[in-house]
Amino acid sequence: MGSLFRSEEVYLTQIFLQVEAAYCCIAELGELGLVQFRDLNPGVNNFQRKFVNEVRRCEAMERILKFLQNEIETDGIVIQKCDDNQKAPVPRDMIDLEAVLEKLEGELQEINQNQQTMKQNFLELSELKHLLKKTADFFEKEARVADESYNEDTSNLLELQSAGKLGFIAGVIKRERLLAFERLLWRACRGNAYMKHSEMEMVLEDPVTREPMKKNTFIIFFQGEQLKQKIKKICEGFRATIYPCPETANERRDMAAGVSTRIEELTLVLGQTETHRNRVLQEAAKNLQSWMTKVIKMKAVYHTLNLCNIDVTQQCLIAETWCPTADMDQIKRALDVGTSRSGSTNAPIMTVVQTRMSPPTFNRTDKFTAGFQNIVDAYGVGNYREMNPAPYTIITFPFLFAVMFGDCGHGTVMLGFALWMVLNEKQLLAQKSDNEIWNTFFSGRYLILLMSIFSIYTGFIYNDCFSKAINIFGSSWRVSPMFLNGTWSEELLQSSTTLQLDPAVPGVFSGNPYPFGIDPIWNIATNKLTFSNSYKMKMSVVVGITHMIFGVILSLINHIYFRNVLNIVLQFIPEMIFIFSLFGYLVFMIIYKWCNFNVHNSQYAPSILIHFINMFLFNYSDKTNGPLYIHQQEIQSFLVIFALIAVPWMLLIKPFILRARHLKSQRMLQSPTTGGIEEGEAELAHSSHASSSDHGGHDGGHGGHDDHGGEFNFGDMFVHQCIHTIEYCLGCISNTASYLRLWALSLAHAELSEVLWTMVMHIGLSSGGYGGLIIIFIIFAVFAVLTIAILLVMEGLSAFLHALRLHWVEFQNKFYSGSGYKFCPFSFAAIVSGEAEA
Amino acid sequence: MVSLLCCGPKLAACGIVLSIWGIIMLVMMGIFFNVHSAVLIEDVPFTEEVFEDSKPPSKMYKLYEQVSYNCFIAAALYVFVGGWSFCQMQMHKRREYMVR
Repeated sequence: MGSLFRSEEVYLTQIFLQVEAAYCCIAELGELGLVQFRDLNPGVNNFQRKFVNEVRRCEAMERILKFLQNEIETDGIVIQKCDDNQKAPVPRDMIDLEAVLEKLEGELQEINQNQQTMKQNFLELSELKHLLKKTADFFEKEARVADESYNEDTSNLLELQSAGKLGFIAGVIKRERLLAFERLLWRACRGNAYMKHSEMEMVLEDPVTREPMKKNTFIIFFQGEQLKQKIKKICEGFRATIYPCPETANERRDMAAGVSTRIEELTLVLGQTETHRNRVLQEAAKNLQSWMTKVIKMKAVYHTLNLCNIDVTQQCLIAETWCPTADMDQIKRALDVGTSRSGSTNAPIMTVVQTRMSPPTFNRTDKFTAGFQNIVDAYGVGNYREMNPAPYTIITFPFLFAVMFGDCGHGTVMLGFALWMVLNEKQLLAQKSDNEIWNTFFSGRYLILLMSIFSIYTGFIYNDCFSKAINIFGSSWRVSPMFLNGTWSEELLQSSTTLQLDPAVPGVFSGNPYPFGIDPIWNIATNKLTFSNSYKMKMSVVVGITHMIFGVILSLINHIYFRNVLNIVLQFIPEMIFIFSLFGYLVFMIIYKWCNFNVHNSQYAPSILIHFINMFLFNYSDKTNGPLYIHQQEIQSFLVIFALIAVPWMLLIKPFILRARHLKSQRMLQSPTTGGIEEGEAELAHSSHASSSDHGGHDGGHGGHDDHGGEFNFGDMFVHQCIHTIEYCLGCISNTASYLRLWALSLAHAELSEVLWTMVMHIGLSSGGYGGLIIIFIIFAVFAVLTIAILLVMEGLSAFLHALRLHWVEFQNKFYSGSGYKFCPFSFAAIVSGEAEA
Repeated sequence: MVSLLCCGPKLAACGIVLSIWGIIMLVMMGIFFNVHSAVLIEDVPFTEEVFEDSKPPSKMYKLYEQVSYNCFIAAALYVFVGGWSFCQMQMHKRREYMVR
């Protein structure tokens, strides 16, 4: 039965498939996405499973596809998104796909290789061209120097020229290495080599890494063969490329011309290679997405096939799956479609298997409820068929958020944001962004929508809109009666800074409270916080205790469903007694005090907190704190004693009863009479029935039903029950106090809002005249940015977190055990979109 | 001539959001100042001489109205900002359709 109140019924089924039909059937089940496969070969290594070869082939294809994707993206070609309704191809199609992909890969790699060699050639030729140009400059300069110094005495160059022939080496080196190269050359040749270098302006591209390189040309003059060898070795060491440079100017010119023509030809060929590569990649880009989907689906099917067992006759595959009961028909139909697709004649057989294993928890959600189910599951996935907190969370979570956030102005801005996300859902979903923060906000759009609507409501109750109150109905307080009937006068107005409106004076307070929310006059009162703190604290306590009592009632529903009468009598009833008699009484006192005291007797109103503390101490002799009502002492004593009785009731009785049950069932097993055996069998049947209807659903009943001959550890039981009692009783007190964070955060929000208005907006509004105009214009922008950053984002996240904590800890520890595991069906949609692991 | 498109698409979107919020909020604030709302009294720039009035509280009311006119004109300025941001968005959208 599908509903969000508890998780769905899930059966363990065995499916017998013919080996030929297995692939197609599993592909159909993957398209359906409703079935979770169990691993029947958990002990087997990944490399020893049956279909490991096929998986390997799929992975090889994936590798080729990734390589193609890389190449396509570096070239900036856009990969077309095709409709991803490609079915998984049958195994014989896989061979064709493999062939196509391998051919593409080979072609692309060959093109890349050729391109690299040609680029290398191009690089060398360009460098040579520059080198020739530079050396031409060098030689001309040298010749000019020689001519000039010909007339002077003792020019070194002349001496060198007369002494012997100068040899030279010309080449190109990376700019970073130049300085070290020069220094090493100087040292190694003991200053006997003369080097000139100049920068190459053109930036060249390294063919392998495709990075731009900056190089310098150099020319080294030396004398002698040994020096030449030394210099050559140094050049090799620094990876400088040496080019043969002819000595005479004519030869140089010829070489330059030859190099230029070769460069032109090479550029032409490179261009054509580039276009060819581009064409190949564009062809591939058209089909890339559909190939990827097909390969991913194939790999997923083979992984799933690996999870199945082959039976003895080698004819048939056995798969164990968890199927939700409601979808059995759909699954059967999918299996039939698969069998017909594969052309096999034998229909697959699906049988339900009884098991003691606890099934996974399956909550069917749609796009609205998925957000709330996610935040519940984030703390712990519920046990099988346990009460699901999610449907209540849909309302209580935004409500508790709104209690802490309450401001209608901020709520409206948040509503605008949420509406934009919800109304443009389809476009925003199609964009598939990678930004995790955006994805988190977007997947919670319905949460934000509800949170903002509730915030606008609580904003009206707190009468707070950007920290100003809105006077819709007219305030119930009047100032003029204070002059007419009361004690105010002109002199009082001149002399005091604050004045107090006294509601005891007739006419000041009209007697009818403001119809909805807090009276707007409190907004301009200096003692606003005294009033609102008292109100908000008491309200938080009342809301908290109500929430917790609701949680305890949900635990009753759990006990009823799992037919755990013991828990109802021994756990639920004492829990209710404890919380009602102590904290329910606190709520009563709060509401009683609100109703029964007015301005005329408020100075005699007792403090509830002192009364509550004295209740526990049985201390009724404090005269400064009068009683709230007559017979208060008797009623309170009765309630405390009643609550104290509930504690040992919760603590002691259950372990003994469970032990008695265990002993009785053991005696039944050992009884030799047939009557005894029949009773025993009836008892066994009864308890196995009980066990199959509540696998893993309740707490504390471990030794209770599962142990015909099993272990029953009394010590464990007792300690467990002890922990539960202490946790519950002390938890009631601490959790009630924990709900005071509702007050704390709403106070913080209101104060931040007021500070922002007073320090930012006030400056704009209170500068009079026409200069104020421009100031308002600019200041509003600042105010808006700060409001969004501080009050919406920071306070919003803070309130979200605290509301979530209140749900996870204070509410759920009353009834939720959350130790189940989630139902993850084998679904192609989930795998292709990257949500599930293949 | 300087290109008319001077801010990116995200800046234009922020501009539109800010202007819509500004227009609505400033118009509402202008209305509330115009009806002399008591809650906003601390934002009105009054001095001592406002209280020496022959016909109270007309001077105070005048001050209220001045602030409200300021708010309305600021809202009008935001209309211009909003219009300009909207034009920038349109230009961006048109650019996306053009072949580069």
